[in-house]
Amino acid sequence: MDQVPILKIGQTLFVSIQIDLQDESVMQLQEDLSAELVATAASGVIIDITAVEIVDSFIGRMLATIGSISRLFDAETVIVGMRPAVAITLTELGLSLNGVRTALNAEKGLALLNGRT
Amino acid sequence: MDELPIQSGDDVVRVRQHVRNAAASSGLSLVDQTKLVTAASELARNTLIHGGGGVARVEMVKSANGRSGVKLHFADEGPGIADVNLALTDGWTSGTGLGLGLSGSRRLVDEFELTSEPGAGTNVTVVKWSR
Repeated sequence: MDQVPILKIGQTLFVSIQIDLQDESVMQLQEDLSAELVATAASGVIIDITAVEIVDSFIGRMLATIGSISRLFDAETVIVGMRPAVAITLTELGLSLNGVRTALNAEKGLALLNGRT
Repeated sequence: MDELPIQSGDDVVRVRQHVRNAAASSGLSLVDQTKLVTAASELARNTLIHGGGGVARVEMVKSANGRSGVKLHFADEGPGIADVNLALTDGWTSGTGLGLGLSGSRRLVDEFELTSEPGAGTNVTVVKWSR
């Protein structure tokens, strides 16, 4: 099983998903990210899914869960870089990523987090 | 036609990759490829989790009017589904999920057929045609 690395840049944790996600990897990421939020007291999480070819209901639910967990640690999650085909498919699947914010790219995601009052 | 085992999370990823290749070779658009691969992911996970494992068959097909497409078949010998109509309802879930796997994947494909009986496993066949 491949692991997704988590980088800390300033007050933000940056996660770029570059692998073909299997369910166990997503659950591992959820645990790793929670531990990292506690260890670093980061105030924001950016998850870059530019390289992710599909988001199915399981992966989508896990992304939303990561958003909810982060909020318990006083951090906000922004999903960035969703491909157009993924957005269309997610909507047709009936999945709304409630609880997470989205931005077009990492730069806009960071601006969103920095604008947080 | 290719037959792939579904016995682990890694197998689900392999099924997705295989379906992606078949969909691209069949000339499906990027959005249609993504829809089919997403449906395949949902159905392969069902086979693994609810069916206790099984097989996926991936086939490139041609319609009577010459359109190319991809046909996927998922089969398991698990406990089966008692009420197929209920299982296909948005939001109905047998476990902790969102209940979008089956109903959602039906929306993502052009043809969808599910047969199941309690104790006799579940078979799902889907087709996505190129436009």
